[in-house]
Amino acid sequence: MKRRSTGLLTMVAFGYAFLYLPLLSVIVYSFNDSRLVTLWGGFSLRWYRSLLDNENILAAALLSLQIALVSATVATVFGTLVALSLNRLGRFKGRTLLTGMVTSPLVMPEIITGISLLFLFITLSEWIGWPGSRGAVTITIAHITFSMAYVTVVVRSRLSGMGQSLEEAAMDLGGRPLAVFFDITIPAIAPAMISGWLLAFTLSLDDVVIASFVSGPGATTLPMLIFSKVRLGVTPDINALATVIILLVSAGVITAAMLTQPKDKSRAG
Amino acid sequence: MIRRLQRGDGRRQWLRMALVLPYLWLLLFFLAPFIIIFKISLADPLVAVPPFTALIDWAAQGWDRIYVTLDNYLFLFEDRYYGVIFLSSIKLAAISTMLCLLLGYPIAYFIARQTPRRRNLLLLGIILPFWISFLLRVYAWIGLLNTHGVINNFLLWLGLIDQPLALIYNDFAVYLGIVYSYLPFMILPLYANLEKLDLDLHDAAADLGARNWQVFFDVTLPLSLPGIIAGCLLVFIPAIGEFIIPALLGGSDTLMIGRALWDEFFINRDWPVASAVSVVLLLILVLPMMWFQKAQAQTDAGAEAQGGVV
Amino acid sequence: MKKHDKSLMTATAQASNQGAVHPEPWLNPDARPMVEIRGLTKRYGDTVAVNRADLKIYKGELFSILGASGSGKSTLLRLLAGFEAPSEGSILIDGVDMTAVPPYERPVNIMFQSYALFPHMTVEQNVAYGLKKERVPGAQIRQRVGDILETVKMGHLAKRKPGTLSGGESQRVALARALVKQPKLLLLDEPLAALDKKLREHTQFELMNLQDELGITFVVVTHDQEEAMILSTRIAVMNHGRFEQIGTPSEIYEYPKNRFIADFIGKANLLQAEVTAVKNGIVTAFSEELGAELDACAVGQQVPAMGSRVWIAVRPEKIFISKESPAEQGSGGGRTVFRGTVEGLGYFGNLSIYRVELASGKILQVSAQNRVRTARKTVEWDDQVFISWDIRSTILLEV
Repeated sequence: MKRRSTGLLTMVAFGYAFLYLPLLSVIVYSFNDSRLVTLWGGFSLRWYRSLLDNENILAAALLSLQIALVSATVATVFGTLVALSLNRLGRFKGRTLLTGMVTSPLVMPEIITGISLLFLFITLSEWIGWPGSRGAVTITIAHITFSMAYVTVVVRSRLSGMGQSLEEAAMDLGGRPLAVFFDITIPAIAPAMISGWLLAFTLSLDDVVIASFVSGPGATTLPMLIFSKVRLGVTPDINALATVIILLVSAGVITAAMLTQPKDKSRAG
Repeated sequence: MIRRLQRGDGRRQWLRMALVLPYLWLLLFFLAPFIIIFKISLADPLVAVPPFTALIDWAAQGWDRIYVTLDNYLFLFEDRYYGVIFLSSIKLAAISTMLCLLLGYPIAYFIARQTPRRRNLLLLGIILPFWISFLLRVYAWIGLLNTHGVINNFLLWLGLIDQPLALIYNDFAVYLGIVYSYLPFMILPLYANLEKLDLDLHDAAADLGARNWQVFFDVTLPLSLPGIIAGCLLVFIPAIGEFIIPALLGGSDTLMIGRALWDEFFINRDWPVASAVSVVLLLILVLPMMWFQKAQAQTDAGAEAQGGVV
Repeated sequence: MKKHDKSLMTATAQASNQGAVHPEPWLNPDARPMVEIRGLTKRYGDTVAVNRADLKIYKGELFSILGASGSGKSTLLRLLAGFEAPSEGSILIDGVDMTAVPPYERPVNIMFQSYALFPHMTVEQNVAYGLKKERVPGAQIRQRVGDILETVKMGHLAKRKPGTLSGGESQRVALARALVKQPKLLLLDEPLAALDKKLREHTQFELMNLQDELGITFVVVTHDQEEAMILSTRIAVMNHGRFEQIGTPSEIYEYPKNRFIADFIGKANLLQAEVTAVKNGIVTAFSEELGAELDACAVGQQVPAMGSRVWIAVRPEKIFISKESPAEQGSGGGRTVFRGTVEGLGYFGNLSIYRVELASGKILQVSAQNRVRTARKTVEWDDQVFISWDIRSTILLEV
């Protein structure tokens, strides 16, 4: 047992190093004074300053945040409704189609989603004159469509995990269906809805491919901007931006993990 | 006698009504686009050279006068370029998936054997990169792999090499990028499976005379097959259509379908061919996708049966 | 809810008009049942979960529905609670047809097997939930919640969340939450299944006391026959969606109607036989397995015709085992006697179980109390023994 454990430990250590070293190197080099990204020119915050002065980046970040907020919220509402229907309505007409439509985006290559939605928007604007121009609205629609699939999956697994007895108990105690929904179902699935929302938010903030297809000339999201810059190689201000994002996300995820941890403990005890 | 269904009658009613909007949304923004892409893949490529006129023409023809051509598909078959690209994408995705499995399995196995407290911490370490922008994580490798990047500088400094190695803009970098980006997708389902594994089974096998490695191959590996399948599909399916990784890390000779599709669309502007390529890619993915959905449905059914009334 | 309260009052008024409550109301043809199930059927697609069930349950009963998993007992419970709508038939509670009444308007409360305590509410909030939905004034809610939590001895944990409670504590909260609504009917789904053995015995008697104290009609669904026997005023044994037999625990044990019941409840030696003679209510049947004739009394049942195939059952504890012939002991009259060899023996401390092989090769199980304190066994492996039983212990079963 012992001998294999050391081998295993080495593999695991290598795996984690593999996951984190690239991120670490970005963080380190974001404080590099040199314009030549690979040569260490001393500690400096100049790339952070230039980041703050870069109005393009700030505008793109704002746009991305707006799109992510709206799309994550709508996707959470829609995804939750779909999850509830699939779990609580039993058999209904169009159930199979709904299941197919809502799970397919999970495994659909982004590039196909992007192309097909672009074709749809073009077709629609030919037929009914909407959308007049593509931009924030079309990106938001695209993001809602694919991220609601993720919300559905997360909420559904929570719903099937909790069974129906809580809701039945509430109804048995005199709760009318809508009251039961708000008293019991929503609080019970709220954690799943929050993770679903966060997932949708992240996916939206992350997306380059779909946004590149369905966006118009007026709207550039932050990932689109980053992508166009990094296609040409490493740029120091992107290092700074990446560092900001990495640290923000890490802080958020770790806080969330710490907040949920003690709850689990009390449940076990 | 009019018999109302008592069970959640009101709730069902409002839920049915509330479902209408997301349902229509999916029909319009998910299903309809696929019908359109399929339709365009059957349209005449000549008409479609300027993309806009192509669509006006196509729309003006209306649904009653659809004329269908298989030229785009024939083109894909005749033009060896696309055959090579499809095969190359499948190869890249398959090899990356295997590499992910080889690296991910020991990690998942290790995490599953820890105390709950450590387990959560280690899992957090796997999940954390997943929340950080995919694009930035791929980008991080550029700085490492560059000709004058961190790795080359380090090796030169150690004196292990005289010349910088060609680490980036080739297939090697693409493998690295895919394995790096999709590793969490492999580890999480594997972990979920291995965590449920009954340790008594190991003891039973050992008690019956199996050595450690035999226990692993006779008991652990076969029982973790569902996890392996789920993890492999979760890596393979997105990897095959991957665009960002080959675009940022691949060389000009790295052939991947996602990238070819992008070029066909934005550079050649041949939309009917791009549509045909999409349809073929979907056909390639249909089998693994159905497999995945079946596996998903089984887990769902299992969970529902557990929660439901016996 | 108002409506039901009124019907409850009229019902109690009628009950008092009828005079004192009959101790065994099911024997009283004039008694009005609290619950009446008529021709109740529930189908899911092609499977019939409950098949034309008829049942009357009276006020103050602690009624058990006993069955294996898949017998339809859980479906019946869900039909009573209103979570499922019957395919056919109806359920009347206090004479009011419940078919179209949704669960939240039924004067019925249920204690779930999983307890189904709301994890995001405290014990107190869980118990108060039902009263809030009834729009009971706040002060009254506090009063009633406090009282019921004291009754189930959970007052000290009122502010806790369900996640921090033990199984027994959760069970009490679930019980309190259902009882606080003062339902006409309390449904308990496998109430003791999730508790460990020691707690079970304790809780069993607590449940009985509580039921006695509150006078609420309890319907318990269980797969555990021991639990059903101890708790219940009456038991309905369910199989394939039908009631195989409805009766008091002793009726069901001592006078099982058919082979299923005899086999399902307790232990029984089952024998197939053919009727050879019927005289004065005593049925004589020849059993090939024994190679002998057996006498049995037909009790409250149709006397089978000559030549018909019947099943005969004898409970192990009704059989007397001895090394001497029972005739020598002077108890041979009216008894069935066989000779055999002890082929197996199980010592349980308070009793011993013997497997006795008869000359025909048939093995019968016999159990005997170990009344005398001794370390030696009076009957040993391979001993030649006599086994005998009173013909009144021979159970004649409907086929």
